[in-house]
Amino acid sequence: MQITVNGNQHEIDVEDDMPLLWILRDELGITGPKYGCGIAQCGACTVHVEGIAVRSCQVRAADIDGEITTIEGLGQPDALHAVQSAWVEHQVAQCGYCQSGQIMQAASFLDQNDDPSDEEIDSAMSSNLCRCGTYPRIRKAVKTAAENLRSA
Amino acid sequence: MGRVKTIARRTFLIGSVAVAGGVAFGTYLVRRTPDNPLLADASSGDAIFNPWVKIDSEKITLITPHCDKGQGVVSVQAALIAEELDVEFGQFETDFGKPSGAYWNTAMAEEGVPFMATDRSFAAETMRGVMGGLLKVMGLQGTGGSSTVADSYYKLRQAGAVARETLKLAASKKSGIPVEQLKTSKGAVQLPGGFELKYTELAEAASVLDPVQNVTLRDPSQWRLLGKPMQRLDILGKSTGTLNYGIDLSVEGMVYAAVKINPRQGGAIKSFNAVEAKKMRGVIDIFEITGGVAVIADNTWRAVMAVEAIEFDWGVAPYPAEQDEHWKVVGDSFTPELLDSQWRNDGDVDAVIQGEGVLESEYRSPYVAHAPLEPLNAIVKVTDENVEVWSGHQLQRQLQVLVAAVTGHEQEQVTFHNQYIGGSFGHRLEFEHLKQAAEIANKMRGTPVKLTYSREEDFAHDFPRHLSVGRGRGKVADGKVIALDLQIAAPSVIGSQMSRANIPVPGPDSQISAGSWNNPYNLANYRMRAYRAPELAPVSSWRAVGAPGAGFEFDCMLDELIHAAGADPIEERIRLMDHDVSRKVLETVAEMSSWGAELAKGSGRGVAFVESFGVPVAEVVEVTKMENGIKIDKVWVACDVGKIIDPVNFENLVQGGVIFGLGHAMNCEITYSDGMANQSNYHAHEGLRLYQCPHIEVRGLENGDKIRGIGEPPVPPAAPALANAIFAATNLRIREMPFNKHIDFV
Ligand code: FES
Ligand code: FES
Repeated sequence: MQITVNGNQHEIDVEDDMPLLWILRDELGITGPKYGCGIAQCGACTVHVEGIAVRSCQVRAADIDGEITTIEGLGQPDALHAVQSAWVEHQVAQCGYCQSGQIMQAASFLDQNDDPSDEEIDSAMSSNLCRCGTYPRIRKAVKTAAENLRSA
Repeated sequence: MGRVKTIARRTFLIGSVAVAGGVAFGTYLVRRTPDNPLLADASSGDAIFNPWVKIDSEKITLITPHCDKGQGVVSVQAALIAEELDVEFGQFETDFGKPSGAYWNTAMAEEGVPFMATDRSFAAETMRGVMGGLLKVMGLQGTGGSSTVADSYYKLRQAGAVARETLKLAASKKSGIPVEQLKTSKGAVQLPGGFELKYTELAEAASVLDPVQNVTLRDPSQWRLLGKPMQRLDILGKSTGTLNYGIDLSVEGMVYAAVKINPRQGGAIKSFNAVEAKKMRGVIDIFEITGGVAVIADNTWRAVMAVEAIEFDWGVAPYPAEQDEHWKVVGDSFTPELLDSQWRNDGDVDAVIQGEGVLESEYRSPYVAHAPLEPLNAIVKVTDENVEVWSGHQLQRQLQVLVAAVTGHEQEQVTFHNQYIGGSFGHRLEFEHLKQAAEIANKMRGTPVKLTYSREEDFAHDFPRHLSVGRGRGKVADGKVIALDLQIAAPSVIGSQMSRANIPVPGPDSQISAGSWNNPYNLANYRMRAYRAPELAPVSSWRAVGAPGAGFEFDCMLDELIHAAGADPIEERIRLMDHDVSRKVLETVAEMSSWGAELAKGSGRGVAFVESFGVPVAEVVEVTKMENGIKIDKVWVACDVGKIIDPVNFENLVQGGVIFGLGHAMNCEITYSDGMANQSNYHAHEGLRLYQCPHIEVRGLENGDKIRGIGEPPVPPAAPALANAIFAATNLRIREMPFNKHIDFV
């Protein structure tokens, strides 16, 4: 089958039930999306399908329907997405392992709501775990990103 | 040398017997400087000033031997060097370096001595000196015990200054201008008249000079980097998915492995049936390894799926099968034979704790998993000549020893490439996954093998924090706490952990009761006894080790007594405090939180103070009782590490530590049924989620006379402060973690 990741087409030959996460990581070598739990509990594997945040560990190969964007496609170190700039500005990361997923979750959320309330931020970001406890900075970074997106 | 090794290993991290062992070395071995590992790979023209700074004609490389599991110490180590070397962020590369005795940890011994951190007596300081010497002779390189900053603070600035002065000497020889007229900045020596010589241009000339050792470190008032907010070197990589962790690496020709090891940890594998698994797509091989089975496949997911398709017949666990039995063993351990140490015996508790005003309580702290978000993993390649390992680990040299023992090589033949780590909390002090990867790769010599644990395997083999039981009796009179007799029983976490690292540890285990005996209170009658329960499930150091459990038991017991006395929780703690720096921490948290102010109906506040790793930390937690449960509104934290290197990273680590402490106290425990951990993934061991995160205000003080680390100390006070706050808001005194057994959280 063919899938499109970050604008590039790939031909892959995998089982119907192989999760998108492992297609990305082990078949295509795209390692920004992380494996944390495999059961939709942590959000480390979050990518966008047609701009919407999904848990790539839960999307089977047979169910992939649309263009995929991973953190590598969202922005690059020399061309940051507004959410990534906010993450750098607030120095959110500790170990950083959850942050690809946090950023992809935030980017998709802000794309739909660029003026969120505190409660909306809390509920949008609460399915992403951070074992290091960077939540206070995630909250701030989401707000900064929202401001920057609105003024862009 | 054989004898030295034996003594050094036997005396690691222990108290009273260390002196005898230390004296046996004589001063020669302790004074001798270990070889500089950078010299082994040097080319002509490389200027190598010491084990931390290398400059060639192309670039400046700073070695940051402490591993980075999220605490930001690559940046901190680099900044310490860069401050004196006069290079800016962006002008150098960093490298974790090769494992070497030259990177022995000068600060890790502190926590092992049986003296309070506040004790500056001759005996205490002598013991610290002897223990430090032992670690040097052992060449113990390691990251842990919040020791990175304390270990690096002096020696890395010194390393930078030595390199700088040597470069100035090289510039002087080259230009003929006296050294006194030369200055340095931004990676170059500045000559009079606006000319400059870049360090990289001076490397060749500097490479033939003896490093200038007689250097003076700058006064903190002159610092340009340290003490100010810095942008972490890893922040861009971690915000763009471009930074690689061990789990992201691939090596040419690599195969993927998954394992299933008997979930009854340490139990045998009796038999297995892999007929169906072998037929699965992508499976290359399936074979037995120590304690379980490995599947080799062409993709991680396929390897994990095949492991799940194998039928196993496991042997029994070498510890009680059911959780209740674990509690019973610990509860039965308060006997004279199992007394590990009596840490405090002030006044006369037996005489005083009688009659009116006596209070008794029992506390429990459960097994808890580390569960860092990056599951354990390693790539190992074994050939007849050598072994290469790519992984993230905190004890680099012991890793080489244990891997070499599996593959039959010598330690020197094992090359270890340390990696950025996606969290540890102590889990990456363990070696089992590395031994397994080495065993698999040894059966497939020539082929690199990448072993990745599934989250379920990671939980099943987490080596959780030890459980403990605290029993307290105390007495109040005239509105004051006048006596406390506390006993804590727990299996020895240091004993369990070090047995897997092949390091026997005699002597008492200070971690059974860390966070209780060492708080610098002066209570007229205070006895603290620790009992070593028999070994149960294998356990390991969990962020702050003993203090999260024993600190909870101690501080809540004290809080009960304070309430029974009718005293104010902060004022009474301040009254009892016998250490100026710690008293200031309590006073500061009172001021920050406007302690004593009127609260909304249904709200309550609790305070806790626990010292760990030499850092006094006080936290105030405010909660509100909502219709559906407890909401944690705010936390104020005051602590003192002597000197703060990067205030931004400092605040992040303190907040993270509080969240870690609160989350696990709320809803995490590991329990055993049929010899296996019942919790297999984050749904059953959740921690705190963002919507539950309180507002956390942090203040770092700098009154302490020694610089300390902040990775662990914010964790221990969080649980007791929360329990004390819940009591204040609801009148419900919770005496066991996790608290959600007794109350809901919203
Ligand atoms: S790995 Fe997909 S949600 Fe955790
Ligand atoms: S930064 Fe470590 S898990 Fe979030």
